[in-house]
Amino acid sequence: MEIKLLGDSALLIRVAENFDDAPGDALNKVLATKRGLEAAQIPGTIETAPAYTTVALFYDPTRAIDAGAPIENIFGWIEQRIRQALSNAGEIHADRTETSLVEIPVCYEQEFAFDLDEVARHAGVHWKEVVDLHCGADYRVHCVGFTPGFPFLGGLPRKIATPRRDVPRKEIPAGSVAIGGTQTGIYPIKSPGGWNVIGRTPLQLFDPEKDPPVLLRAGDRVRFRSITREEFERSTT
Amino acid sequence: MKATAIRAGFLTSVQDLGRTGFREFGVSLGGALDTHALRVANLLAGNDESAAGLEVTFGGLRLRFADDRIVVWCGGDFSARISSTYLAAGHPALVRGGEEFSIESPALGCRAWLAISGGINVPVVLGSRSADLRAGFGGVTGRPVRDGEEFPLDENPQRAKVLIDKLRREKIAGWKPPHDWSNTARREPVLRFIRGVDWNRFNDGTTQRFTADAFIASPDSDRMGIRLDGPRLERSEDVDLLSEAVSPGTVQVPPSGKPILLLNDCQTIGGYPKIAHVITVDLPMAVQLCPGDSVRFTEISIRNAHALLLERNRNLEQFRRGLEPHFQ
Repeated sequence: MEIKLLGDSALLIRVAENFDDAPGDALNKVLATKRGLEAAQIPGTIETAPAYTTVALFYDPTRAIDAGAPIENIFGWIEQRIRQALSNAGEIHADRTETSLVEIPVCYEQEFAFDLDEVARHAGVHWKEVVDLHCGADYRVHCVGFTPGFPFLGGLPRKIATPRRDVPRKEIPAGSVAIGGTQTGIYPIKSPGGWNVIGRTPLQLFDPEKDPPVLLRAGDRVRFRSITREEFERSTT
Repeated sequence: MKATAIRAGFLTSVQDLGRTGFREFGVSLGGALDTHALRVANLLAGNDESAAGLEVTFGGLRLRFADDRIVVWCGGDFSARISSTYLAAGHPALVRGGEEFSIESPALGCRAWLAISGGINVPVVLGSRSADLRAGFGGVTGRPVRDGEEFPLDENPQRAKVLIDKLRREKIAGWKPPHDWSNTARREPVLRFIRGVDWNRFNDGTTQRFTADAFIASPDSDRMGIRLDGPRLERSEDVDLLSEAVSPGTVQVPPSGKPILLLNDCQTIGGYPKIAHVITVDLPMAVQLCPGDSVRFTEISIRNAHALLLERNRNLEQFRRGLEPHFQ
């Protein structure tokens, strides 16, 4: 485990070296680390930010000092507490992570699927097979970011992996389901983006009035289900 | 109890100290780009330091108040007035109901923070009143203030009432915070940094260029980050990394080789290599950079970065205590 400075008020904890070989393991380690840090309540902690192979810990140096950190080595003091917390938590393995399965209805009809033909062409299959493959797989949320609530999903069938567009779109509508490289994701809010859009969900992925404000969080399991235009309209009204 | 923006100016938004606790959901920190300046202005206005104020970019704001208020502004070298009377940065001033406060375009720097006694009373969303302009929530319905916009102010706190009474005759207080705190823009600033997580991914020539050469702030800069033109920063390996956390102050280098200094509205995670992190106490200078302004970077140790931050916090604590007599 490597711990590095992320500026003067945050640390970056790398818990897995390799992602591509064992993405599920990396995710479980990240989630276990995040839980371990939260349970430890290291003085000065503001919040944690998990990503693919890392967890960042944001802290307030002044509060760490108040809790006894030596002024000349606040970083070392926190680093030691992180290592303690994570070793106390025992071997970091988390085959029992709290995971919920969320089904995402998606309308893959042309009007919403700007790049479905391009994805099909790249894979050398009919567009209907792209939809079948996309709906046939089990995904996990590796991290949430880019925009509030944007889930980066691992588990995309290799066959329909498609490079990002050379020129990103200036505006992608909220709810757009897209493929970027070997990942798939959903744009929660209208934003620019370079992924290939293959459909749209009527679900709201980010709602600042709700607690939590997001539909999907790191660790969640996801499946997509194809819906018709009529079903899409019904669920948005 | 409200204020009316007769003119909203180039870009004015409601900001407080920002949103914490939602990074894992991809929600940016947000808040005033210079929280220290907003804290100081709030304390001088008799507010809680976390009250929501206005972040004014490039001036052009004209405000009218329905009742008597204390106003204080800090930031770049702007010219501000109450009716026709000049108001320097950092001086608490009484604006009578019906009077106008205005702030014109700056001679140096680009941003100012205005505290109004009582604070701006827009709804708290995800723990903050700050406008997240990119995601479209918080502040005034998630967008900048518009011409003619009215927004609610909370009642003057007791401390502000005391100050209002004291300033009935002189209008503008003779006292102010340290000059560094009220006037934060500098010509050709040198920003101190600690090495970035990916410092070693850059070759020696690149890291030397980063610390030796000047960079120029690009017009394509906003609350998400300051894009910098200048020497191209070559990366040793041309691979994008797995996304991981970034933070305001992070200097990341996209494939173009032109670094971006991230600010409060930046994404929570990013995949570009991080060459440096500008230290917290130097961010107030950074956020005053206008398109065309020159900036340099110089390395310091984490120990010194922490010492500077703690010194500033101690000074703020002392300042807070020193203000007490004015509010009694």
